[in-house]
Amino acid sequence: MGKVLVITSGKGGVGKTTTVANIGTGLAALGNKVVLLDTDIGLRNLDVVMGLENRIVYDIVDAATGQCKLKQAMIKDKRFENMYLIPAAQTKDKNAVNESQMKAICEELREEFDYVLIDCPAGIEQGFKNAIAGADAAIVVTNPEVSAVRDADRIIGLLEANGLNEPKLIINRMRANMVKQGDMMGVDDMLEILAVKLLGVVPEDDNIVISTNRGEPAVLDQKSQAGQAYRNIVQRILGNNVPIMQMDVEEGFISKLLKLFKKGN
Amino acid sequence: MASFLQKLFGDKKNSKDAAKERLKLVLIHDRASLSPGMVEELRRDLIQVISKYMEFDEQALEVNMNSEDNIAMLEVNIPISHIKRNI
Repeated sequence: MGKVLVITSGKGGVGKTTTVANIGTGLAALGNKVVLLDTDIGLRNLDVVMGLENRIVYDIVDAATGQCKLKQAMIKDKRFENMYLIPAAQTKDKNAVNESQMKAICEELREEFDYVLIDCPAGIEQGFKNAIAGADAAIVVTNPEVSAVRDADRIIGLLEANGLNEPKLIINRMRANMVKQGDMMGVDDMLEILAVKLLGVVPEDDNIVISTNRGEPAVLDQKSQAGQAYRNIVQRILGNNVPIMQMDVEEGFISKLLKLFKKGN
Repeated sequence: MASFLQKLFGDKKNSKDAAKERLKLVLIHDRASLSPGMVEELRRDLIQVISKYMEFDEQALEVNMNSEDNIAMLEVNIPISHIKRNI
């Protein structure tokens, strides 16, 4: 019996889909059987982040409503044959599926897969309720910003009200140099406010933009800092104790110049 | 004037601390589902009720939402000037 994890945030644009793609790919790279479920009906995106947009025939609404078998809606990943994606429908809306249909899909998938990862839509309406209906546990993604933390707090409350206790937090797009200057909330600040357990911290990283352009998750890029952060998160999901990564602070022009002078001497 | 002087001498708080303070306050209200407007209504009602029993400076009556160890608290401060005896 596999685990069903929902990745949610409340606020849009904090990096839910990127997180799902990277955690899923990281788990699959270590040999786990993984299925990714895009429940953002009407705003399908996980397919492009995974680079699988050209292979879609059926989607989650077709599978939920019996238009096709669940297997037919599963698209095999390019890189790992032990990973599949079930895409969201692009032309329908959040009410095209209901909570009991979602529960049934999750139950069927957990029979076959080690991990079922659900990409939740932004917001707290029906799409959110559908996404969490069949989940055992939740991961909340947020950014070190007032609006994202406020929404994360609201989502944590709603998850707990729906029986998904102790959600874990991923802080995405952290900028170590801004934290050092006192211009961005750090990990401790955010944990103090939200009072939840930390699953990981992902630094802001240009490689994410580049890897998303190509449809290749950064978790496979050994040089990417964000990729390393995702690999650590994958280890923690697997139950291994990995310390939170210390982030490099980008050097300013002056300190780079000073170093150059010192080398000269 | 004070803020002008603060700016002049660079005594400005980190923006991180501003974010934290604002978040804490907004979350207290969010978690209690109590908007600042409702707190103001509560303040007005309290003035009505309490003034039946004692005299106090209405301007000095303070009602604040606060939190300690993540537990929301309603703080009411009423400096009393005179207790009415014949009610």
